[in-house]
Amino acid sequence: MSTRLESASPATASPATARALRQLRRHGGLVALLVLVLVNIAITPNFLQLQTLFVNISQVATIAIVAIGMTLVIATGGIDLSVGAVMALAGALAPLIFLSPFGVAYPALGLVAAFTLPLLAAMACGLFNGFMVSVLRVQPIIATLILFISGRGIAQVLTNGNLQTFSNPSFSYLGTGRILGLPFQGWLALALAGLVYWLVTRTLFGRYLLAIGGNERAARLSGVPVRRVKFGAYVICAGLAGIAGLIVVAINSASDAGRNGNLMELDAIAAAVVGGALLQGGRAPIFGAVLGAVIIQLVKYTLLANGVEDEVALIAKAFIIVVAVYLQAGRRE
Amino acid sequence: MGDATTFDLRRYVRGQAQSNAVWLALMALIAFGLLRYDNFGGAYNIVSFLNYNSMFIVISIGMCFVIMTGGIDLSVGSVAAFTSVVAAYLSPWGIEVALPGGILAGIAFGAVNAFVIILMRVPPFIATLATMLAAKGGALVLSGAQTISVDWGSNFTKLGMEKAFGVVPWTIVLVAIVALAAWFVLERTSLGRTVLAIGGGEDASVLMGLEVDRTKAFVYMLSGACAGIAGVFLASGFGAGQPLEGVGWELSAIASVVVGGTLLTGGLGSVPATVAGALLLGLVFNILNFENGRGTISLSAYWQLVVRGGFLFIVILLQNRVSSARAAEDH
Repeated sequence: MSTRLESASPATASPATARALRQLRRHGGLVALLVLVLVNIAITPNFLQLQTLFVNISQVATIAIVAIGMTLVIATGGIDLSVGAVMALAGALAPLIFLSPFGVAYPALGLVAAFTLPLLAAMACGLFNGFMVSVLRVQPIIATLILFISGRGIAQVLTNGNLQTFSNPSFSYLGTGRILGLPFQGWLALALAGLVYWLVTRTLFGRYLLAIGGNERAARLSGVPVRRVKFGAYVICAGLAGIAGLIVVAINSASDAGRNGNLMELDAIAAAVVGGALLQGGRAPIFGAVLGAVIIQLVKYTLLANGVEDEVALIAKAFIIVVAVYLQAGRRE
Repeated sequence: MGDATTFDLRRYVRGQAQSNAVWLALMALIAFGLLRYDNFGGAYNIVSFLNYNSMFIVISIGMCFVIMTGGIDLSVGSVAAFTSVVAAYLSPWGIEVALPGGILAGIAFGAVNAFVIILMRVPPFIATLATMLAAKGGALVLSGAQTISVDWGSNFTKLGMEKAFGVVPWTIVLVAIVALAAWFVLERTSLGRTVLAIGGGEDASVLMGLEVDRTKAFVYMLSGACAGIAGVFLASGFGAGQPLEGVGWELSAIASVVVGGTLLTGGLGSVPATVAGALLLGLVFNILNFENGRGTISLSAYWQLVVRGGFLFIVILLQNRVSSARAAEDH
């Protein structure tokens, strides 16, 4: 109630500023992107080069893929803290599989298994999260905290905490391949975004998803299968995190369970929120999340390329998250 | 409507069973340890166990207050890391300066949390997540990304080693004071009752004319102060301000609070049970260490994460029975 009063008062004070503020909220992401690009052109050396584009696309793809899944979960009014741990788990499994005796004996089969089994494991994590949230009705923060803690632990136990290096060109294509000269994972992220966008806007699942986020009780009373839809959101989110985990491993030709996907949950949540997702649910701007991921990555790159220390970059990220959520909060009505 | 009193009674009994479950589990683990290991009940193990866990107990008490209002504070670990650096810089002036300095630094972060949550209306989860990043960045900037060794000449490092009245280390005395004060505030003051009322129903509390905003500001600053104390303990106990410490502390604290039977939805909670929850979690690892030492099992450090997550899972399953029963009554 008080939120409405606060945001209504500037409207009476000065319609022009209120309109400007509303426009900023609606197109804040694009404005931020434009500003970032202009600032970079002005201050970052060698910004307008293809190499810069490639580096940023290959980095942004993983953030975008995870952020898309996070957007689905946030649309139900939930949150998934376990995405980074799921990335580590999926990333740890893949090399284990194609480096195993079976994978060495049957390279083709091993490769297929190295893609499918980690994704199945990731989706199993999603099933666990979905079970905790929709059947046991545990708060999403706490429910996904369990795998946030132990998921990375399992990955480290599996690999004994070792860095697994490998040389497998077919697997590495996921992270180093090019289509039309652009990194493969960039195309993959776009394709996945398109698929999930279709899911949200054109299917019953998408309608139900938004209905649950809008008002869960109303959705349940009008016959929406709330449990199943929530299961779906968490499983898709975990599956996408699994794909991102595989990409990271493919880029490095090495799997480090301790670092793969570390702090990814923050980037993904920030990207989703910057892209226009409301934390209380009811909105699933998929391409907004991709835009958010691009912004987050560009901020990182800007600070890094201009020699700003990582520590200060953390503070900048904190600031961006708070401002984005603050602007979102005003958009509620 | 006539059943209202029986429902309340049932809820009361459930609540009692829940908080007593912590104590029962704690006693069972202690008995197990005493019977199985020779040195378990020795003064050395007890003192070092309490000394090490004092940081987590203090943080859990602050977290307990935040969770009782229905909020959460994810920044405690980073804030403790920050204040450990602050305390290390202040250590030449002795504990008399370093402890208040660390607490003030913690309160400052709590005030930032309170500002962002109450005035900017950002959800506690996001606000404290941002503070977690900012405090970590701040700690690294302040320390130049290095551990800051303390001044061994002053009385700063005596906190964990010197014993009050020759019996108990000062850290444990301080933790006891914090716990008693928190318990008193929660059970015997209107401030404590308001904390519980907010968790029970924030809108209703506002309509009743309770000082909701001021009370919420209090709990986040209290949590910051507790993290500040933990940071001072960290610097004093390990002889250095450690900007990279504190990772995952918020999870341990949340787990302790949950194990202590505090509902994550707020409105119900207990300080002694939270302390018991923190002790219980610490004891699980103490016993795992003893088992590793005996050679019956050999678990790498990575298993600790798995065990911790599994433990949290079990606790949530147990607590779920209580809270879902409560939710069923509410609807």
